[in-house]
Formats: sequence, structure tokens, C-alpha cells
Amino acid sequence: MAIKTEPFVLNIGPVHPSTHGVFRMRATLDGEVIIDMEPIFGYLHRGIEKLAEERTYTGVIPLTDRLDYIASMSNNLAYVLAVEKLVGIPVPERAEYLRVIMAELQRIAAYLIAVGAFLNECGAFFTPFLYMFREREKIIDLFEMVSGQRLLYNYMRVGGVSQDIPEEFLPALDKFVREMPGFIDEYDRLLAENEILLARAKGVGILTKEMAINCSVSGPVLRASGVKWDIRKADPYSIYDRFEFEIPTGEVGDCYDRYRVRIEEMRQSLRIIEQAMEQIPSGTVKSEVPYLIRPPAGEAYAHIETPKGELGFYLVSDNSIAPYRCHIRAPSLMNLTVLREMVIGWKIQDAIIIFGSIDITVGEVDR
Amino acid sequence: MILALSGKEVAAQLEQQFPGSIIESSENNLLAKSESLLDIAEYLKSSPELDFDYLNYITAVDYYDYFEVVYQFTSLKHNHSLVLKTRCYDRENPTVPSIVRLYQGADFQEREIYDLMGISFNGHPNLKRIFLWEGFHGHPLRKDYL
Amino acid sequence: MEVAEPAGIYVYSDTELDRAEGEAIESLKAHCQQPIPDPDEWLEEEVRRNILLTSIDFMLNWARRSSLWPAICFPACCAFELIAANASRFDLSRFGMEILRASPRQADLMITAGTLTWKMAPQVKRIYDQMAEPKWVIAMGACGISGGIFRSSYNVVPGYNRIVPVDVYVPGCPPRPEALIYGIRMLHHKISKGRAIEG
Repeated sequence: MAIKTEPFVLNIGPVHPSTHGVFRMRATLDGEVIIDMEPIFGYLHRGIEKLAEERTYTGVIPLTDRLDYIASMSNNLAYVLAVEKLVGIPVPERAEYLRVIMAELQRIAAYLIAVGAFLNECGAFFTPFLYMFREREKIIDLFEMVSGQRLLYNYMRVGGVSQDIPEEFLPALDKFVREMPGFIDEYDRLLAENEILLARAKGVGILTKEMAINCSVSGPVLRASGVKWDIRKADPYSIYDRFEFEIPTGEVGDCYDRYRVRIEEMRQSLRIIEQAMEQIPSGTVKSEVPYLIRPPAGEAYAHIETPKGELGFYLVSDNSIAPYRCHIRAPSLMNLTVLREMVIGWKIQDAIIIFGSIDITVGEVDR
Repeated sequence: MILALSGKEVAAQLEQQFPGSIIESSENNLLAKSESLLDIAEYLKSSPELDFDYLNYITAVDYYDYFEVVYQFTSLKHNHSLVLKTRCYDRENPTVPSIVRLYQGADFQEREIYDLMGISFNGHPNLKRIFLWEGFHGHPLRKDYL
Repeated sequence: MEVAEPAGIYVYSDTELDRAEGEAIESLKAHCQQPIPDPDEWLEEEVRRNILLTSIDFMLNWARRSSLWPAICFPACCAFELIAANASRFDLSRFGMEILRASPRQADLMITAGTLTWKMAPQVKRIYDQMAEPKWVIAMGACGISGGIFRSSYNVVPGYNRIVPVDVYVPGCPPRPEALIYGIRMLHHKISKGRAIEG
């Protein structure tokens, strides 16, 4: 006897107990299997692109902090590189090394949250998340030494960084770099062969290579699908061509591969920081720029590899003190294009895990 | 290093394929007519020596006389990139063909441009507001909003 | 390279629901142009009450302030300072607040951690209405107090006190976890001066 069923629409609302923010999904279910899903966002749309047209070029830097608020140094770096490309300002050597150290430390801090939140959604209710936060507090202490802030640093400036590091920074960084690999190994040992993680994440939410490239996905999600594309190697910005590091890739493109890619990239970031610490020269940290920057009329696009993917700034200037148009190519928004294809055919619990493994930040999606 | 292809060389190739579709070309970018945009994009994607399979971004800029829609494509295999632009001079109802059938990553970006700038995309399966709510008056990113 | 067609038109992409939501937002925006006055009657002089009611007051206020359960309302960046305050370094669990209740029916404190936009405002009002009395609100961060760095934007509500009555304001962008804990202690002082039973 056949049972009459009809599709049921479930609203996974803007307020839900995951740390990714105010994101809403309207899922059409047949029983428990999702047959269609519509993402709805805009609950944090603050109009940053419009606000940037009213501020000076240096005044936009605090606004860019608030884009991907977990990885604030990377956002600053992308914007500052775009302005420098527009104007043509050289950056002193010491500032370049400091930028690389800050960007890589920020990458580790952001991956810690990504991995912790992913495991939180897999069911390990807050324990790995709090372990990650313990390590993240060490990184935040380092950032506080440098910029005075815990979360939104406003550290990079056009032509360098805003201030030099104090003397206790490099010894503290040395201590951190020596302890961190042990922590990653301990974490790996606890979780890599865990049955529940393997059952919930292996084979779930597979993203094929062709689909990933066609949907403009970038970052760890693209690398986990087997595409070896990292902007630090493909289009090196700043001084990344002086460092040796590898690009970990996955094979299948499921949630477990995305998790492993992030863990491996943390190790590579530590390698880059060690090399940068050995090579850092002394000197000034900011070149002379006028107080109000007035670039020549034109346009520029600069992109970097942030923990979420490829963040780019497209700036159009008309020779005034404020940008004419500032467009932000947000990696989280692009990565969300594949969410619908990945989720169809799975159950609601899997949908939450797939969404967590893409790792978005709503501040960046909505801008 | 990603090589930014010169607009002039690609323009020469495209003029052979689709005569009359390129308005002007410079070192950095390529300006095309909006009617031939879909053909050009398909040629850029399928031709083996260009092979632009990755769409970086789509954005729109409001110069007071016209809207300019900017596309950037990258080829992951050959490691080169190209900037393509098109203009629409209609202020009330600007329309541009949509490239969602070729590059699915254009989906949310075209909806965003529709929402914030008011440019409609022909052929988009689900063109509705994405960041602001249905019933919001106006398009905020235009220069004449407030 | 052939790629499959996108999976067709959405089976359930409901423009009527979207339009209804849009109308709700527009009506809320029209009604909430003035800030709700802060509940600050507790700052007045204390009236002498008889010994039975003051002891019951004392017990109930002690019970209420010792285990405030926050509701989840995490729009933006301040959320991460709230989570850091909950984590092992600045422990909120010593104040009895380690559980972040997903369901607002089981919560009594709403810490608004992030920028409020007009699109999100009806949902926040709904969560506030679902919380049972007695309930308190802490406006955290510059965006919660007055809209912060985004005040002149077209989509940002200039402060949570347009939508819900706020008891304690914690400044900062984002406020340090120590600042948030200081704000929570101020709320404890406020609760201990409250009158649990009218009389």
C-alpha cells in the first residue's frame, strides 16, 4: 500500500545555534531527504560598498575589518594591496615581512575556528571548539601586542603597516611556533580516526572538480576537490615567492577532505612563519604617503588568498580623496553557489554539516 | 604569475569570429557590445588556447551617463586572465544578457547587481532581490540614490 | 567541457512569502523611528517595604541573577567576543551563564551581539517577544548602542533600542570580554535592586 506524501517546506531560520551567523535556508523536504534548498541572506547587509564611497582611502580600512571579522588582517591586506596597485607606492621590506607574518597567523586563527565549528556541528558539542579557542587566545595575545585590539585590528596601512612590533613579539612568536605543531598533532591523533567523524563526514557533500571550477569556488573548498590552485603560488603577491611551502589538496571533495585540507594548511602556515622570522630585516615599516591619498583616475583589482578563499578588491578612482567605486569579491558568497547542488539528496543533519564545512562568514556574504 | 592578456590581441581574435562585436580594446581590458556578450563568453570558454573556465567576478559601476558591467575570467590551466566590459546606456531599464548557463558562479553576483544597481539580466532563472527585501524602493548603489 | 544544467527553477521559491516578509519589514521600519525609553525606574530612591516582602525580594532576585541564560542572537563580529567570554579564558560559567539557549522560551537574557539591519529587525523582535518575563537585554558593542560605524547606511537600525528596550549598554568595537563581564555585573546589580513582587 503506497503512502501519500507531499513535500514539506522547512525554514532553517536566520537564528540558529551555529556560529556561522544569520543565514537562512528554505529546504523542501520529502520525508527527511532534501529535494530543494533556497539560501536567503541579506540579514547582515550593512552597505559597506556604499559607505566606502563616502570615506577617504585610509578611512575605508576599518570598514574592511568588519567584512570577514574572523580574519581581519587578511581583509586589510587585500584592500591595501589594491590601493597600492592603483597609486604605485613601494612598500619597505620589513613591512612586507610583517604583513606575511600577520597574514599567516591570521590564517591559523581562522582555520582554528573553522575546524572547531565544523566539529561542533558534527556533534562533538563544544569540546573541540573550546580547545581551538584556547590556542586562538595565544594568537590573539600576539595580535594584541602589535595592534592593541583583539578582534578587528586595523593594522595595515597604504604603504606598509601602522606601527612596528615591540621587542617581546618575536620571542613570544617563537614560543608559539614551537608549541603549535605539537597541538595540531595532538588534535589529529584524537580525531583523525574517530568513527563518528568518519561516518558523518566521509562521502558526504561531494563536490566534483568541474562543478567547483564552474561555480567560481575558491579556497580550501576548491583545493579539497582536487584543484591545485592557490593564489599565493599562482599569482604571488607581496613576497610570497620567497618562501617554500606546499599546497595540500584533497581527492574526493567531501567534507572530510575539506577538514583535512585545513589542518594541513595550518602546518604549512607555520612553515612560512618560521621562514619569515629568520629572514626579517630591520628598517622602516611604512613608506611616506600623503595624508589624503589622491590616486590618478583608473581602476585596479588585487586579490589575495584568505582563509575563506580568494578575496579581491576592485577599486575605481576618479582622482578624488574617496573611492568612486569599491567592489568586494567575497569568497564566502561565491562558495555558497555550490551549496544547493551539494545538499540536494541528503538529510537535514547532513545539510548542516555540509554548510559548516564550506565555512562562510555572513559578514562577508552580505557585506 | 597570472599573465593578464592584452585586450588588443584577444580583440583581434574575437573580431574574426564575431565581426562588429568589439567596441574598443586597450592593454588592460576589452569593451564589447552587450548583444554579443553571450557569444563572446561562450567562445572564450570553449576555445582551446584561451580556455577561460573560471569566472573571478562580475561587478557594475555607475558612471553617470552609462552603467558598465565588468567581468574578469581566468584560465586555471594556462594561467592567464582577461577583463571584459560592456556598457548599457539606458538609465530606466538597463538589461544585459546573463551568462549563468555558462558559468554558474554568476548566479548570486547577477542577482546582487540587479538588487543594488537595477540592471536586469536576460535569461537568469531566478532574478529577484538578494540582499534587500521585496518591496524596497530604489537601488542603493546608484549614484542618484539619496 | 560540458557541465550539467543548473537544477532548474526552484521547486519552492515563494515570492509571496518574500513579499509578505518585505511588507512586515517596511511596516516595522515605519513604526520604529523613535527609540524605546530605557527601563530605568530602579535608579530612583528605594522605598521602604516591609520585612517579609524584602526577604522574598532578596531571595528571588538572588535566584534570578545567579543563573541568567542568554538567548542566541549572534548577528556579527561581537558574537566572537561573546563566545570568547564563554570559552575557558574568561569563563562566563562562573556566573551561571554557560548555557547559550537556542530556544528563546528558555532564556531570560538577550545579549545583542552585532549590527542590526532592518531586514533582521522583525526576527529579533520575534525572539524578544518569545522570551518569558522577567527578561533583560544587554546592547553589546557600538553597533548595538547606536549603529556604530555603519550608522549612515541604508539598511542599518541605529541602535537596538528602536526595537527592544535595553537595560545595559556595553561600549566597544568589539568590547573586550572583560568589558562584557563588567556589563553583566552591572545587570546583576540592577536585578538585585528590582522588586520581584509588587506591593
